[in-house]
Amino acid sequence: MALKASELVVGDTHSESLVQDLKRTQLVQYAGASGDYNPLHTDELYTREVAGYPSVFAHGMLTMGMTGAMLARYVGDGRLTKFGVRFTAQVWPGDDLQATATVESLREEDGVSLVDLKVSTTNQNGSEVLSGYAVARVDP
Amino acid sequence: MAAERFPVEASHIMMFARSVYDDNPVYYDAEYAAGTEAGAIIAPPTFMQAAAQFDPAWPLRPRINQPWFGSGANPSGIDPDTKSENGGNAGTLHAEQHFEYHRHPRVGDVLCATVLPGRTWEKEGRRAGKLIFNETITEYRDQGGELAVTVRGVGVRTERPATQNQE
Repeated sequence: MALKASELVVGDTHSESLVQDLKRTQLVQYAGASGDYNPLHTDELYTREVAGYPSVFAHGMLTMGMTGAMLARYVGDGRLTKFGVRFTAQVWPGDDLQATATVESLREEDGVSLVDLKVSTTNQNGSEVLSGYAVARVDP
Repeated sequence: MAAERFPVEASHIMMFARSVYDDNPVYYDAEYAAGTEAGAIIAPPTFMQAAAQFDPAWPLRPRINQPWFGSGANPSGIDPDTKSENGGNAGTLHAEQHFEYHRHPRVGDVLCATVLPGRTWEKEGRRAGKLIFNETITEYRDQGGELAVTVRGVGVRTERPATQNQE
């Protein structure tokens, strides 16, 4: 299911809950799948005693990956042309994350209809943990 | 270093999609995927990150009989005062990541990564002290030499742990 430019309006939003009560086990899953075994994400002893953080925390790319899943569900499989983010705060075990895409503009480039989206992921306190943009091909 | 040969495989995509809580069948059900616009199992949006699995020099993977900075008998397997290849990564955090999809890789593709020089810049942070940003641009080309995905990442090295928002 792809989006249609004719049915989109600037300011439209799409929001999804990404995860509730983020588990350390999911960080282990992401480490294994991505190959990023930095102990900061899975090794509580190292992270507290050597690195000086209060606990392990999520890979930024896990938050981006979950946010990307929301985007692909919204715009359709294989429709993204760009997706970029800044990681603005850390995500900790126990966090609830909510991601929102907001339509910023609709345009045509070389005869292809595109939508520009603003992307934001926030935690249970309303703090933004990821801020970014996406561009997707849409049907006319 | 980078992945010179990154085979895009179905079981890897399935595990990666599971790890980001993505249950879209286009990432694990070949029959379903064949009936979608994508036409086949495709890579999820951030899957290029998993190229690390195929980078022989990737520093964030323990190696047989090599020192590793994570805990074992001690909180770290490396004396924190010793500078070593695997000892200095904990102070580096991920600041930005950008993907540009020329096409979405699919199962069966074999990608090759080329790393292009990126910029380096500094900033004074409020909580974490001096911040040193370092950009890396990686181009993933398919078996036909066509550009599939361009990835731009920005890492930041901090003087102190950054436990709040990064500036």
